[in-house]
Amino acid sequence: MAILLDEKTRVIVQGFTGQIGTFHASEMIAYGTKVVGGVTPGKGGTKHLNLPVFNTMKEAVAETGATASIIFIPAPFAADGIMEAADSGVRYCVCITDGIPSHDMIRVKRYMRRYRVDQKMILTGPNCAGTISPGKAMMGIMPGHIYMQGPVGVIGRSGTLGYEAASQMKAIGIGISTSVGIGGDPINGSSFKDHLALFEQDPETRVVVMIGEIGGPQEAEAAHFAKENMKKPVIGYIAGLTAPKGRRMGHAGAIISAYGESAAEKVEILQECGVTVVPNPAAFGDVVKQVLAKTK
Amino acid sequence: MDIHEYQAKEILSGFGVSIPQGGLAYSPEQAVYRATEIGGEKWVVKAQIHSGARGKAGGIKVCNNDEEIWQAAEELLGKRLVTHQTGPQGKVCHRLYIEAATDIRKEIYLGFVLDRAQERVSVVASAEGGMEIEEIAVKNPKSIIRVAVEPAVGMQPFQAREIAFALGLDKSMVNQAVTTLLGCYRAFRDLDATMVEINPLVVTGDNRLLALDAKMGFDDNALFRRPNISELRDKSQEDPREMRAADRGLSYVGLAGNIGCIINGAGLAMATMDMIKHAGGEPANFLDIGGGASPERVEKAFNLVLSDANVQAMLVNIFAGINRCDWVAEGVVQAVKKIDLKLPLVVRLSGTNVNEGRRILKDSGLPIIMADTLAEAAEKAVAAWKNAAAKK
Repeated sequence: MAILLDEKTRVIVQGFTGQIGTFHASEMIAYGTKVVGGVTPGKGGTKHLNLPVFNTMKEAVAETGATASIIFIPAPFAADGIMEAADSGVRYCVCITDGIPSHDMIRVKRYMRRYRVDQKMILTGPNCAGTISPGKAMMGIMPGHIYMQGPVGVIGRSGTLGYEAASQMKAIGIGISTSVGIGGDPINGSSFKDHLALFEQDPETRVVVMIGEIGGPQEAEAAHFAKENMKKPVIGYIAGLTAPKGRRMGHAGAIISAYGESAAEKVEILQECGVTVVPNPAAFGDVVKQVLAKTK
Repeated sequence: MDIHEYQAKEILSGFGVSIPQGGLAYSPEQAVYRATEIGGEKWVVKAQIHSGARGKAGGIKVCNNDEEIWQAAEELLGKRLVTHQTGPQGKVCHRLYIEAATDIRKEIYLGFVLDRAQERVSVVASAEGGMEIEEIAVKNPKSIIRVAVEPAVGMQPFQAREIAFALGLDKSMVNQAVTTLLGCYRAFRDLDATMVEINPLVVTGDNRLLALDAKMGFDDNALFRRPNISELRDKSQEDPREMRAADRGLSYVGLAGNIGCIINGAGLAMATMDMIKHAGGEPANFLDIGGGASPERVEKAFNLVLSDANVQAMLVNIFAGINRCDWVAEGVVQAVKKIDLKLPLVVRLSGTNVNEGRRILKDSGLPIIMADTLAEAAEKAVAAWKNAAAKK
């Protein structure tokens, strides 16, 4: 098991024939992901990477039985692509695109609420590295070879910091069940909390690592959720101890604008909720090892 | 992106928000002429800089005649104003806004924000205006009214009425308040704003509701579809280094330390800075070089970081995912040779083709200090900085 995605998940690539879509679709296929086709409006009926191209998501789902999609559509049109995915019946969508306007994401989130619980699509991203279930499949832009299969669930905002954590773990022989990049935007599809709930239900996952950063309420919300609802241990790290208030640190969402959004304040909240805090970013491997040892 | 008070007022006025009469001036002469145009016997000369709390910094002057206006304008134009929002370097005032003075009976705080917890636009209001919202939150948190707007239908008149009554406004003013609130909301939504703040919104002696100050911020990611907003950008109000970085597709934030950083990915960049601090140093900057660390990009990044005279050592930390380390290493070697780097440089590469990348750095003949792990990189960078500082 893993969460959200495994080797059987049938994936459509939205923005399939573009340069970025083509490159990452090839990488995903090489890793073992079951990519069953793509969507590029106007190119329906053609073939790309030996797979069928469709004009619309509905067509793609009807023809291929896809249950997931990954989006490489440019920012001005990406929100439209997410809503098309939600309406097509796929159950999972990863949006890689960076730079989607916040007002578009407000509309997307509102639109996604119109579906019944059993028909709702889970969205990861935007502005994220994607999701990988090591050894099974990946929907994203990460280098697959740095991940090892194992019992640790990972949720993070940043791509490269997630890679850093994964490679620290691999170096000491610790693997990952699924790693999810929720993205660095102020408004995103799924939160830390949403993914904690999924990992709690996953039999393969024994501990969960949450890699947060300054800005926004999500890490604190997730810590409270873990305290109330989780039996599995949660490990947390918050990047940005040296970040000044009111300055945007790269990610659109990485800005301290209210009380409780700085790294020090978030760390305090995490500790109060019983989350094991990684004291510095070089200690991911060691802390995970210690916590894992206690679960046996 | 931020804009000036006079620009925000002009926009909001177009959406039905009442503002005092005013005009823009670039010289003392224009300032006096504007006051004459406006008429009356009392005016306010307001420095236009991208910051709040201008009053405390001496950026707002009440004047009673032409001489005082001339004097105030002469003093403010070209002046560097330091507020707690500008940082110690301050911001230079190049434009003035001359406004008719207002007879204030009551001050209200009104703000519209992108509410990350609700994932909607929220209205924040308080009858305790004139102070900053952070101050109100400490002194009188109970006075703060918060209302979230349902995005499918937008703000409704009943919500605006609820806020107006909660603010304790007289019933004769409720319609004005509804117009103001709905106008601000439409401006926020239609122009891809991330923030609208009217502080204070005042009740005048003759029962009018006027926006005495106005601030708007816009979503950089939406500027592609807002050319009229992009046009309002005032580059003189931005940090020159951050602006140069943005124009080159790099994300840079200047800080007070001595160790210059070049890193790929925002999260890894923040984590590396934290690691430097943990090892006993202080980072000089945040810099996310982004996906493709090509030689050209690496060179631009070096030039940018080195334009900060406080930098005494450099740390490059690249996790090559889609790139390959050998390719990144070539970029670093070329850039260092081209700019003839004199400062100590620590490089940590990891990810795809890491051994090949390290070999290229080693064979380059450059005095690059290599590090295998994040901890080692930070420790070596701090040691190199201490060493360099001691020599000075």
